[in-house]
Amino acid sequence: MIPNWLVFLVSFCYLGFLFAIAYYADARADRGKSMINNPYIYALSLAVYCTAWTFYGSVGRAASTGLGFLPVYIGPTLIAPLWLLIMRKIVRIAKQQHITSIADFISSRYGKSSFLGGLVAVIAVIGIIPYISLQLKAISNSYTILTTFAPQSVSIDHASVPFFEDTAFYVAILLAVFAILFGTRHLDASERHEGLVTAIAFESIIKLVSFLFVGIFVTYFLYNGLGDIFSHAKSLPDFKKFLTISHDSGVTWDEWVWITFLSLLAVMFLPRQFHMAVVENVNEKHIEKAIWFFPLYLFLMNIFVLPIALAGLLHFPANTVDADTFVLAIPLAEGHQWIALLVFIGGLSAATSMVIVATIALSIMVSNNLVMPILLQIKTFLSSRSTDLTRTLLMIRRGSIVVLVLWAYVYFRIVAEYYTLVSIGLISFTAAAQFAPAIIGGIFWRGGTRKGALAGLIAGSLVWAFTLPTPFAAQAGILPDSILTQGLFGISFLRPYHFLGLEGMDPISNSLFWSMFFNIGFYIIVSFSSRASFLEHSQAVLFVKAPWSSGKDGQYQLWRGTSSVEVLQALLIRFIGERNTKRAFYRYARDHQTDLTKLQEVDQEFISFAEQLLTGAIGAASARVVIASVVKEEPFSVAEMMNILNETQQAISQKNALEKKSRELEKATAQLTKANARLLELDGLKDDFVSTVTHELRTPLTSVRAFAEILYDNPDLNVDQKTNFLSIIIKESERLTRLINQVLDLQKVESHTMDWKLTNISMGDIVNEAIEACSQIAMEKNVICRGEIPDDVPVVQGDRDRLIQVMLNLISNGIKFANPDFGEVTVQISVNNDHLQIDVRDNGIGIKEENQRVIFEKFRQINDPDRGKPAGSGLGLTITQRIIEFHQGKLWVQSAPDKGSTFSFTVPFKRKEESILP
Amino acid sequence: MAQKVLIVDDEPSIVLSLEFLMQQKGYDLKIARTGDEALQFIDEFQPDLVLLDVMLPNKNGFEICQYVRSKPEFTSMKIILLTAKGRKQDIEKGLAIGADAYITKPFATRDLVQTVQNMLKK
Repeated sequence: MIPNWLVFLVSFCYLGFLFAIAYYADARADRGKSMINNPYIYALSLAVYCTAWTFYGSVGRAASTGLGFLPVYIGPTLIAPLWLLIMRKIVRIAKQQHITSIADFISSRYGKSSFLGGLVAVIAVIGIIPYISLQLKAISNSYTILTTFAPQSVSIDHASVPFFEDTAFYVAILLAVFAILFGTRHLDASERHEGLVTAIAFESIIKLVSFLFVGIFVTYFLYNGLGDIFSHAKSLPDFKKFLTISHDSGVTWDEWVWITFLSLLAVMFLPRQFHMAVVENVNEKHIEKAIWFFPLYLFLMNIFVLPIALAGLLHFPANTVDADTFVLAIPLAEGHQWIALLVFIGGLSAATSMVIVATIALSIMVSNNLVMPILLQIKTFLSSRSTDLTRTLLMIRRGSIVVLVLWAYVYFRIVAEYYTLVSIGLISFTAAAQFAPAIIGGIFWRGGTRKGALAGLIAGSLVWAFTLPTPFAAQAGILPDSILTQGLFGISFLRPYHFLGLEGMDPISNSLFWSMFFNIGFYIIVSFSSRASFLEHSQAVLFVKAPWSSGKDGQYQLWRGTSSVEVLQALLIRFIGERNTKRAFYRYARDHQTDLTKLQEVDQEFISFAEQLLTGAIGAASARVVIASVVKEEPFSVAEMMNILNETQQAISQKNALEKKSRELEKATAQLTKANARLLELDGLKDDFVSTVTHELRTPLTSVRAFAEILYDNPDLNVDQKTNFLSIIIKESERLTRLINQVLDLQKVESHTMDWKLTNISMGDIVNEAIEACSQIAMEKNVICRGEIPDDVPVVQGDRDRLIQVMLNLISNGIKFANPDFGEVTVQISVNNDHLQIDVRDNGIGIKEENQRVIFEKFRQINDPDRGKPAGSGLGLTITQRIIEFHQGKLWVQSAPDKGSTFSFTVPFKRKEESILP
Repeated sequence: MAQKVLIVDDEPSIVLSLEFLMQQKGYDLKIARTGDEALQFIDEFQPDLVLLDVMLPNKNGFEICQYVRSKPEFTSMKIILLTAKGRKQDIEKGLAIGADAYITKPFATRDLVQTVQNMLKK
């Protein structure tokens, strides 16, 4: 047990310290040295997500459902990468439009609708107040435990403590003061609250450190590490349920998935999260860091939850202590009061950060989206020129903070008794999730309309109210119990937990499913069946296009207004103060290089500028109303409207024509680039070709010249030598001739100047003729050469001379490489479906696998060191291949070393008309 | 003792003509038909001069030339590159890696013999 005064002193010292930090950061910011322009501070401020519910409730939930505490943190982790898409877009829109709250965002998107903004504000307040009161309850509980803990059971009866003796009351008052001091410094809520953000980031560090501290204390000092706790925990009767997800463990996979989904929406659309992530965002780039840093924070926050829960269950068997308080109770039971005090500070930081940010976010909504529109309805409010409205506005915002905090406190005193920490948190989550369809639909779908958003929000929140808060009220005895068991008015379809007869879902999943079902359904159906007004349409375009436009284009001018600088200036001074107005006007004049004092009438751009200035202070819808009150609007005449439409249409068609042209040019450029590359490649090939041809021509010429000179210089050589040398000259001259002919052939085929003569021919005749022509060299080489030709070979179309050249080439190759001792070359024709196949088979040395492709390349001969260089130019197979390609056939080789080679080619019966050229 | 000449070429007719010309001048001869053979004979036969073709099976003339120039014991060995590769960059390359002369095919027999004789006289 720790003395009252000590806990009291520590709590207020901590809060004092928090004030000091916020004050310091604000002072620094005033001197131009911002603390919060830092991605880590930004990510830490997002950790306002982790409230007292995380700090105390996670352990409680883990103690009853095992892994059931996790989905609330898995959801945010899953959605974090998508922030680059969603949050970045929302932040950009919010900055362009001076948006300061989630209510303003939705109202602004759907035509700056006051009613929609007010509705969002009401839903937010009703959904979030219990959540704030929950934090107060946590503070109060932890205080009581710290000061009255006895190893036996602790029963807390708040009702018996008068409020003026309740610490939570004083803490609540202090938090309201904090929120007023640091959350309402400027009237323009779109300006950043440096002190607030810095203090919240600091609180995030405190709660993480103290939770990790107690986790390490329990795991490594009370037990010998994680393994030790788990092995002790095996003795618990239902140990298995802590590590599995099943019906027995109290949380099913369905529920797991639903809660994951719920929390990934909540982390973006809870008012306090929206406030921290969007309104207080200094730099879009910070989101890039936050998408990994924030999940990392959640991970660290969750490491020790299960170990502490298990340790608690081992320490306090038989439910003597509420599992929500294990983090405090374990150190106390072990006599480590200082650790308990540290835990208390951690819980306090978790609770206060939530209360502060949530209250500020709600107060902006209440003042801008509820109070302001009502005030503007009162005629005298705007016309009474004497009052300075800036003070009034600030008072409204400050007053709403006090009211909200007190409301939460009262709620806690009266109702919050009945709930555990987790259940209230999830109820608020489900309320916040109702904003998701209108926001996500609003930034990605132009078709969403104001009526659609209204219908969706109303339907979704009614279902939510009926399926979650109503049964709680029934359980608390405020409403009759029969609603739960028999349904509303005794209709069994209207049982809150089994809405529309759906069985087998837990209350949260049931509510989330049905509220989303009606919310999304109504949003889409009503949007499709309603028309958007001009303003709605222009806002929709602006929101959907946001990340890709600078903000100016897309803002249609559908009405024309006239007003004077003085009138607008006077109006702005009343709402945002003289200093701010003058500064803004000065900036505008500088950026637009105009002298505002000389301007008689102001243009539409200036009016929009004034409206945006006001939006930051009083919200989009109210700003619209205020500006409209002083601007004489002249709607466009039909003729003018038609003119605008015509111009727009012309601009669009011109743009389309330009785009088309540009695409064509791009295509042409790509083609030219490709052609150029091909030409360069051909040029390189040609260069290589010339060099190789030259080399091949020079080689035989060298022998011819050398022996001619030798014969000339040595007339007295003997006859044998003379004959030998002369025969070499003749042989090399023949080689030269053959080479020249082949180069010419190849050049003709490749440059498409070959003179093809297509006739009906018989391949059988051609094969016989070629074998006959080769009989001489076959005999010299002692090779048997024969043809296997079936009786009726169909006639094909082809160039007779060229096909004979192909056969001669293949057969003479076969003879050249056939077995030197008992050489054999066989030519076989086979008739297939639509083509002939001719195989030329020898029984020579064969061709290695790696060489089988090479031989078809120009001048490539396989040089076998043992047999020397084969005779021939190295062009024969290339020419053969080109000729067969012309005949629309294929040439290939099958061979293996020492197994002989078979060269095969095909000739189709019918030529295809296209692609005569290879 | 007669001076030693190594002929390296894979064209039988050209080898025959070079063989005749060198024999006529009384040099001691060896003939290599592949790159590997050339390397072997350079080590074993240690010729005073090599008539070296460039396009050879398994090792080309440039590589052989580089091999000879990398060995200190062959500093006095003369190398004449004898090749049908007549492009300017081929000639420059040959001289750059240490050939003493670069003769393109087809060559004048008298010039060739004269070049060989001049080199071996020095």
